[in-house]
Amino acid sequence: MEELIEKLKKEVIQQLNLEDIKPEDIAADSPLFGEGLGLDSIDALELIVLLEKNYGLKIEDPKDGKKIFHSIQSMAEYITANQKA
Amino acid sequence: MKLVIVSYAGITPYGIRINEQSRLPEEKFSTFAPFIKSLYKEEGINYPKFYKMDSLSKLGFLSAEVMMKVVNPALADPEKTGVVLSNAASSLDTDHAHQETIRNRSEYFPSPSVFVYTLPNIMIGEICIRHHLKGENAFLISRNFDSHLLYRYVTGLFQSRRVEACITGWVDLLKDQFRSLLMMVVPAEKAVIAEGRGSWFPFSTKTMDTLFNQT
Repeated sequence: MEELIEKLKKEVIQQLNLEDIKPEDIAADSPLFGEGLGLDSIDALELIVLLEKNYGLKIEDPKDGKKIFHSIQSMAEYITANQKA
Repeated sequence: MKLVIVSYAGITPYGIRINEQSRLPEEKFSTFAPFIKSLYKEEGINYPKFYKMDSLSKLGFLSAEVMMKVVNPALADPEKTGVVLSNAASSLDTDHAHQETIRNRSEYFPSPSVFVYTLPNIMIGEICIRHHLKGENAFLISRNFDSHLLYRYVTGLFQSRRVEACITGWVDLLKDQFRSLLMMVVPAEKAVIAEGRGSWFPFSTKTMDTLFNQT
């Protein structure tokens, strides 16, 4: 899980063009939206694309997004639970 | 109504021009991305969304940023300041980037953050958000810098009392070819009231052509 979390931090920084932010600046459990990294609605769509492109995971119900994209930790947990072996 | 250009700013690969002052970039770059990032840092701007913009918006944003630094706030009430910009390439640079993400059916992952910039007037939106401008805006496409087109449109806005100040000019970018010229236009009477006597330029096609060729 730790390895996946570090990988996800790098992918999120790259995908969302978060210049001046380093992986160590992102706490795994801190919120990605709102007070955390201050991501916006377009970033949310980019995260959906990231999950599909890099992990083959499609979010079928948009309501699940809020929970899945709460933090890097929650994203990692979702990937671990849903990715095919 | 007599209109004047109170400030202007332009960015080319050779550097920035703000009113009569030219400034060379601290470093030389052969491509746009590191060039504009370097200028952004040199200007000491802290606006993280800059990094998420497409290249055209970065060019327009930074051009507006350096110009607005030298504009007397009394001359441009954000509520009544319009933006009328033009270029030749529209958003083609970003259109190509978007096309790359959808070209291959087996690798079909359109990027929402790229797609949102596939219209050139999004750049105007970025400028308006930054400076809280709420006046009328328009983006015009022409093969070359067309001072007559801008003159007609901008004077029309003033005559119909839709704006009390207006940013106009050219912001064009395709790959690593780019050029911008932004001008702040206000009624001469307003400039006199706010600043007394100043060295403004008359807002005319001749002045715009001269400034464009200087930058």
